[in-house]
Amino acid sequence: MKRLHLERLANPQLLALAGVLLINWLLFPNFFRITWQDGRLFGSLIDVINRGAPVAILAIGMTGVIATKGVDLSVGAIMAVCGAVAATMVVAGYPTPVAVIAALAVGLACGLWNGFLVAVLDIQPIIATLVLMVAGRGIAQLITEGSIVTFNDPALIFIGTGSFLGLPMAAVIALVLMVLVTFLVRRTAIGLFIQAIGVNRAAASLSGIRSRMLLMLVYALSGFCAAIAGIVVAADIRGADANNSGLWLELDAILAVVIGGTSLLGGRFSIPMAVVGALIIQAMNTGILVSGFRPEFNLIVKAGMIILILLIQSPLAGRLFTGRLVPAKAARK
Amino acid sequence: MANSPFVLEARGVIKIFGNHTALDAVDFGLKAGEVHALLGENGAGKSTLIKILTGAYQPDGGGVFVQGEQVHLDNPLHAQTHGIGTVYQEVNLLPNRSVAENLYLGHQPTRFGLVDHRKMEANAKVLLQRYGLNLDPGSELGTHSVAVQQIVAIARAVELSGKVLILDEPTASLDRNEVERLFEVVRDLKSRGLAIIFITHFLDQVFAIADRVTVLRNGRLVETRPLDSVSRTDVVRLMLGKDIAFSGATDLEPENAHSEVLLDFRDYGRKKSVQPFNLTVHKGEVIGIAGLLGSGRTEMARIMFGADPADQGTLHISGKPVSIRNTSDAIAQAFGFCPEDRKAEGIFGDLSVRENIVIALQGKLGWFRALNRDEQLEIAGKFGEAMDIRAASLDMPVKLLSGGNQQKVILSRWLATDPAFLILDEPTRGIDVGAHAEIVRTINRLRDDGMAMIVISSELDEVVAYSSRIVVMRDREMVAELRGKNINPGVIVQAIANHPDEAVA
Amino acid sequence: MNIITKLAVAASLATALTSVSLAQENLNGLVVGFSQIGSESGWRAAETSVTKQQAEELGIDLKFADAQQKQENQIKAIRGFIAQGVDAILLAPVVATGWENVLTEAKEAEIPVILLDRGVDAPEDLYLSTVASDQVLEGRVAGEWLVAEVGEEECKVVELQGTVGSTPAINRKQGFEEAIAGHDNITIARSQTGDFTRAKGKEVMEGFIKAENGGAEICAVYAHNDDMAVGAIQAIKDAGLKPGTDIKVVSIDAVPDIFAAMAAGEANATVELTPDMAGPAFQALSAYLADGTEPEKFIITESKLYTPADDPQGEYDRRKGLGY
Repeated sequence: MKRLHLERLANPQLLALAGVLLINWLLFPNFFRITWQDGRLFGSLIDVINRGAPVAILAIGMTGVIATKGVDLSVGAIMAVCGAVAATMVVAGYPTPVAVIAALAVGLACGLWNGFLVAVLDIQPIIATLVLMVAGRGIAQLITEGSIVTFNDPALIFIGTGSFLGLPMAAVIALVLMVLVTFLVRRTAIGLFIQAIGVNRAAASLSGIRSRMLLMLVYALSGFCAAIAGIVVAADIRGADANNSGLWLELDAILAVVIGGTSLLGGRFSIPMAVVGALIIQAMNTGILVSGFRPEFNLIVKAGMIILILLIQSPLAGRLFTGRLVPAKAARK
Repeated sequence: MANSPFVLEARGVIKIFGNHTALDAVDFGLKAGEVHALLGENGAGKSTLIKILTGAYQPDGGGVFVQGEQVHLDNPLHAQTHGIGTVYQEVNLLPNRSVAENLYLGHQPTRFGLVDHRKMEANAKVLLQRYGLNLDPGSELGTHSVAVQQIVAIARAVELSGKVLILDEPTASLDRNEVERLFEVVRDLKSRGLAIIFITHFLDQVFAIADRVTVLRNGRLVETRPLDSVSRTDVVRLMLGKDIAFSGATDLEPENAHSEVLLDFRDYGRKKSVQPFNLTVHKGEVIGIAGLLGSGRTEMARIMFGADPADQGTLHISGKPVSIRNTSDAIAQAFGFCPEDRKAEGIFGDLSVRENIVIALQGKLGWFRALNRDEQLEIAGKFGEAMDIRAASLDMPVKLLSGGNQQKVILSRWLATDPAFLILDEPTRGIDVGAHAEIVRTINRLRDDGMAMIVISSELDEVVAYSSRIVVMRDREMVAELRGKNINPGVIVQAIANHPDEAVA
Repeated sequence: MNIITKLAVAASLATALTSVSLAQENLNGLVVGFSQIGSESGWRAAETSVTKQQAEELGIDLKFADAQQKQENQIKAIRGFIAQGVDAILLAPVVATGWENVLTEAKEAEIPVILLDRGVDAPEDLYLSTVASDQVLEGRVAGEWLVAEVGEEECKVVELQGTVGSTPAINRKQGFEEAIAGHDNITIARSQTGDFTRAKGKEVMEGFIKAENGGAEICAVYAHNDDMAVGAIQAIKDAGLKPGTDIKVVSIDAVPDIFAAMAAGEANATVELTPDMAGPAFQALSAYLADGTEPEKFIITESKLYTPADDPQGEYDRRKGLGY
């Protein structure tokens, strides 16, 4: 029991997150200060989970896609489309639940479209999802007519800025989604099948796994997650910004999944670790903001940190790591 | 230097990986003008020895000697300068460049600093003719058959090195005619005084071409003997340290005429793949499928299994019409299929042995009736034990297992689904002798338990031993169904080779 | 806003411009091609609609071409205008380089070209004029407002920069710093990029508030555009502070949403980047066609300061009608 516990703590993602938070603390001593304000928790750490939520939500869907050896470049654009749909509908006077359901349905439809291109037409995922990546933002601009559609619908705003038990709503949504999806893939055979398709799609088909259905499912899930992220982001700024909502976030989501230990070559995956990956990325962003570095250094600092984290996770580092750990374990026995 | 009888020699070579001794003081000597077979089960140390002889690995003890002088081989390129060239199972050339370019890559004749294509192709033409190849050196390598590519690879290796040629399972993906063609080249090279190391799993081929044989077992040298003084059984005994279970039967199994018809394929076929065929399969019988590579054997299996569904004909299972449109349909009818290309279509390399075994059963159960970990371990453990799968743990990635154990895993995967009909496509290709015997034993056991099976195999001895009928494929058509007494490999070869007096019953 | 109010606002704006158009009767009946970049922002959409309204008012037949952010589309559009034999061309160039050939073709066809929003790297004789705002001036106007607003009080400013390395970010930063130079009571405590977006503006402001003692020490936020300011206002509110009072908000662009904030007392000042680039352009064109008056090569549009005293609700309604 104790050994299991230690091994869990020693996993590279949690170590990396702890490391980044530690650096933030060194740069900004008040980093871990959390206060209670207006019925909610308030502090940099809360910012990390709140701001990290959209990428975490994307990463939940992206993990499934990447585990099947695919990639979904369209999630950022889908965010923009779904945010635009939700915003224009509440502005046009539709009830909030209708607007939200419509936006989620649009995201699901976008995901199914990607799944159709990948699973049925057998187009390479990077190309298939590039279609919506480019077209999606255009569609979003058509919906918003190029401007930011600002809304004041309190229920919709609550999704982005409200709080539940003092925690930001966005983080709560990400957490619930993570638990639900993890439960869905681990308590059913879907997780095993996703891995099987990612490792060897030909063998999966010959083993009787309906890989088309499953691919449709993972892309649909990715689109659905993007819709949730799009609604959260729009609700957060009380407006649908077709040009900027989700811009480049597909890359952050892919990075989060990779940091979370899922290989771009498909196969083994972990949704909770992808969420941790998203938190690592956001912890860096927030750290840069509170540190007072000049903005010209943002990308350099971020790139350096990412290289470091990926190096820590590399098989070479893993060997060095276990090479030191093994004798210790033996000694304990 | 002239006092050494060997062109290439390994003396007391030791190689240790971690705490595993891969080679333990192995001696190996290669003479000029001989074909020297190197045999051993998977894990015996063959490839480690070869890698040391070609400089890919450095020995931890002992040394490599070229014509009696100790050498230090830094890498395969360096070994080439000592006259040692290697050809691997998978052709290691550039399929999208011309034959001539592949022959001379890195050593192209130049004129004014530019590659002299005309000279290169002229040279290539002459060179290839020496190897019995009359082809356009300017043509793309990839457009030629694997056998031709293999010969081009040999020509390149011999041109660049010239003393020692190492052939590492060169025949694994060749059919009989192609193997014969390759052997002609090898015999010719031998007569020119080259020393050749030949690694294969096919004992027939060893006896057909080799002069001496060296057997390794568990990293140790067992023996080196001239082949004319040993029998097949001797060799197998040396490799396994025991007699293997099956002997070379020459008669078909008696037909199980009284047993129930399980499958009845009528005019079953698929356009552009396999001509319509008729075939009935009884419970408790094995039908062997023979034919050259590309004759439509594998295609036939894929049609039966729904991997490439039939577009004509009917199938009755126990008398009821059934339509199989995809693999899931087939599996729902209790079919199973072990594909020919284990790595590309069979195993999930990164997944565990446990997951590899339960996946087909789980596929049958569907998304929502998931087997939990304990159930998976139970099933995997049961079949792993029954099939004698040698894995340190059921949770280790299957890619770390030997080929034979991987094949057992795939067989276990289907047995876990409790199939009524199993299709095995080359189940014993490229696996070690021990696993080979285990799989043949399993086929016999399953047949006796009442399972219907179709086995595609190039090992005719073996097919004859367990099948009750042999279906012969040629040019994507089922051309004969051999049954009755007096069927032996010779008769099958005749049927494959298009003799008019086929023993069609 | 429903369609009727939209029309009403458009009509009222048109009326406001009538006085100008009287002096430009010689443009009536002309055909003018307008190659617009696209509709990537609300401001861009407003520029398009203002240009169309102006043209309609002046009796100009405006041929509008949306390039969807691609230079090759703009070049195609201009060649199309030349082939149609238009009387003049308005070009909002998507990039600065690569225009020489097509501008030469226009010159050879004796069609005057007026550039909108930004200049190009091409010989000056290839086009009639450039109508653009002075981004340094915009920053300076914002800074001067803050200097006047705080007087002698100590004031720690946090700055939300535009995209790192972009021209407006550099210029608007420079202008603001010029204005506060010599006023030692005003210091820029923190400066980070918010990428000109509302979401990043909010996120960066959240970070600033945490870093500056819960925001208590921040006296004002200067945002390089209104979108970031709107995001910052939300961050200030989330932190339990009053934007516009506890932390002053000054920004640039004058988009409708900042006027909505201003009307609610949550923003203090904005500097207009006018979408009316076409007005000065048509004026210059009119003069040029009438008697060959060569206009200035750079026509600088006004950088007008708006504060809550300038009827923010009215400005909001008026601007909404322009398609922001």
